[in-house]
Amino acid sequence: MDGVHDMGGMHGMGPVEAEENEPVFHGEWEKRMFAMNNAVSALGVRNIDESRHARERMNPGKYLSSSYYEIWLDGLVRGLTEKGLVSEEELSGKIAPIPVTIDHRPKLTAENVSNMMNKGADYVRDTGKPPSFKVGDTVRGRNIHPKGHTRLPRYARGHVGEVVNDYGIHVFADASAEGREDHQHLYNVRFSSIELWGEDGTPGDYIYIDLWDDHLEMSS
Amino acid sequence: MGHNHKHSAPLSDTVLRVKSLESLLVEKGLVDTAGLDALVERYEHQVGPRNGAAVVAKSWVDPGFKERLMKDASAAIAELGYSGAQGEELVAVENTDAVHNVVVCTLCSCYPWPVLGLPPVWYKSAPYRSRVVREPRAVLKEFGTELSADTEVRVWDSTAETRYLVIPQRPVGSENMSEEALAALVSRDSMIGVTVALNPTEEAA
Repeated sequence: MDGVHDMGGMHGMGPVEAEENEPVFHGEWEKRMFAMNNAVSALGVRNIDESRHARERMNPGKYLSSSYYEIWLDGLVRGLTEKGLVSEEELSGKIAPIPVTIDHRPKLTAENVSNMMNKGADYVRDTGKPPSFKVGDTVRGRNIHPKGHTRLPRYARGHVGEVVNDYGIHVFADASAEGREDHQHLYNVRFSSIELWGEDGTPGDYIYIDLWDDHLEMSS
Repeated sequence: MGHNHKHSAPLSDTVLRVKSLESLLVEKGLVDTAGLDALVERYEHQVGPRNGAAVVAKSWVDPGFKERLMKDASAAIAELGYSGAQGEELVAVENTDAVHNVVVCTLCSCYPWPVLGLPPVWYKSAPYRSRVVREPRAVLKEFGTELSADTEVRVWDSTAETRYLVIPQRPVGSENMSEEALAALVSRDSMIGVTVALNPTEEAA
C-alpha cells in the first residue's frame, strides 16, 4: 500500500534527534507493549508480515504523530481483532472476556523465552519459483501500487539497479501478509542515488535494497 | 508529540489501553505475565550492542573469524553465541578507506536484534527513515561524521528479513589493544553506520 509508512525520500520530517544515553524503554508501558507483541508471536496466529501490514494501516495522521510503541499498540489490537482473538468491546470493558475458540500454540512462558528468541524464525525455503534474474543483471523496480502489503518501496519503483546478490528462495512478504505462500528468490539490488533522485541525488551514493523476484523486471 | 521527538510522552489513555490489553490477554490465556517479564529482561539487560561490539572486535584481531564473518555472518556470529529473532539472516558490511556503510529500514524498524538489541528511537523515526536514503552524507554529518567526497556511501535499506551489521574501521592507534579493550571502542551507532569507531582516547557509552 502507498502509505505514510513508506517514507524513503520524503521531505519535511525535520532533523534526526538522537537522545543521549537513551534507555532501552521509555516507561513501563513500552516494556509491556514490546513484550506483548513478541509473546503473541509465539501463539502462531499471525505472521510477521501480517503484523507489519496491521501497523501500516493505522490512520496516517495518527501514524505520523505517534511514537513507535503506540504504532505497535494500534497494530497489535488491529491484528488480534481481525483474527477474532480480542474485541474492542472486551478491551473497553463493555463485555466480559469471551473464551478463545481459535486454535493457537501454547502461550509463551518465561522458561521458553530464551529458546524462542534465540531460535527465531526461518524465512528460507527449499522450493519456489525459479529465479528470473541473476547476479549482474540490470533490473528495474516494477511500477506496481498494490493496495496490500509490499516491501518494494515507492522510491525504487520504475528505477534501474543492478542485482548484486541472490539470497535464494524466501517467503515472499507481500503474499505472506495476505496469508498466501508464493516462495521466490530474494535479491539485493544496488541503485545509484542519481538514478533514484536525479539531479537531487549525490554521485558516489548507492542504495542497496532487498527485493523479491516479483518486484523486478529485466531492464532493456 | 511527534514521530521525530526524542521519546514519547504518552497520553494516559495509551498507558491505560496497554494495561487493559495485557489484562485481557492474560485473562484469555494468550500471554503469561512472567513470560512478558522475561522478554523485557532479555532485551533490557541481556541482548544489546555489546554483543555486536564483541563481534567487531573479534573481526579486528582474528583474520580467520573475519573471513567467516564476511562470508556467512549468521554462522560466524553464532560462534559467539548470538542468534535468533530479527537476526536470522545476518550480513556484515565492512567500512574501508573507500566505502562507508549505513543501515536503515525505511518501511518500518528492521534492526539486527541479536547483535545490537532494540533500535533507538531516532532509528525508527520519520526523519531518519525518510532522509538517510536521499541525503546520507547530511544525516551522517549531524551525527558528527564527515566523509570525504570520494568515499562511496552505501545505504542498506532492510526491506526483507536480511539484517545488516556495519563493521567499522579499526581506529588508528589501537594496534596494541586487547580484544576486550577494542570492543569498548565500538559504539552502537558505529555498527548502524552513522558514526565511526571511537579513538583509543575515547570510550564507548
